[in-house]
Amino acid sequence: MPSTYTPIATTTLGSATPTVTFSSISGTYTDLILVFTGSNATSNNGLRLRFNSDSGTNYSSTYVYGNGSSAASSVGANTTGGQIAVDINSTQATSIAHIMNYSNTTTYKTFLGRGSSSGTYADANVSLWRNTAAITSVTVLLGGGTSNFSVGSTFTLYGVKSA
Amino acid sequence: MPDTFIKIASVTVGSGGASSIDFTSIPSTYTDLCVKLSIRNTSTESTNQIYVQPNSATTNLSSRILVGTGSATASASYTSDSSIWGYCCGNGSTSNTFGNSEFYFPNYAGSTNKSISVDSVNETNATDARQSLLAGLWSSTTAISSLKFLTIENSTGNSKNFVQYSTATLYGIKNS
Repeated sequence: MPSTYTPIATTTLGSATPTVTFSSISGTYTDLILVFTGSNATSNNGLRLRFNSDSGTNYSSTYVYGNGSSAASSVGANTTGGQIAVDINSTQATSIAHIMNYSNTTTYKTFLGRGSSSGTYADANVSLWRNTAAITSVTVLLGGGTSNFSVGSTFTLYGVKSA
Repeated sequence: MPDTFIKIASVTVGSGGASSIDFTSIPSTYTDLCVKLSIRNTSTESTNQIYVQPNSATTNLSSRILVGTGSATASASYTSDSSIWGYCCGNGSTSNTFGNSEFYFPNYAGSTNKSISVDSVNETNATDARQSLLAGLWSSTTAISSLKFLTIENSTGNSKNFVQYSTATLYGIKNS
């Protein structure tokens, strides 16, 4: 039985930091999974991903969310990162992102994000990076990258193989 | 690289049913925990609930939920002993249907408050179905060493039993 859920790298923050980057990701997996648990040391921001250091307006997201009293859906076009959780604040939160077929060089890259922040929203996100390049690095950030993740926030990137 | 999505324990409810499903003495050697459940309870209603109490905790539990019914969406928040929950089927639903849930516990052995994510569905080929996404929090810095799953009737909140063939599997996930 081959290994199908393989840890690539993990980071636990020892100091408040605005971005975390996983680089030199090999193309040997089928999909990537990112697991985040932590909080925002600065403000309230969406949790976003950027790929291959691309900070251009090449991302878009559609999401559905509930804040504890009402449900809604929204879209963000031409953003500088793809959303995987609607809003992270100072409450401990979780987001799990699935990045499908990340290493192909033919299609734009679609990814899913499931945000769980009991202080803000329960939400589901689908995002798109309009680029056909294979993903070799993943950067995790809050909003535009000016807010800090709290000390103790953890980030783990897994590779998933289809066979 | 080792395989890191590892089955720790699995429960299949027997013919007599069960009032709870318990995972105890969970080792702290994993990074995250994930429980996948297939559940039907003894309620005569179609749509019901399954919830978890980490370390049998009944306080400091809170959540926000997003629900889809097939015709509407809604959101609510909770601060009770059954705050961390998802939907399941009851004996009032279509025969042989079971609701499915995934409960995810990142950094369960850490010293921060415990964020918990729950996804659930109970699809029955009938009008009364649900899909939910829940953001939960156990405000405790204690490591999770046990998980108790209980089930209640949706409309009354009365305790119910898990029926035969309900299943739950606990997985440990390692980041190295």
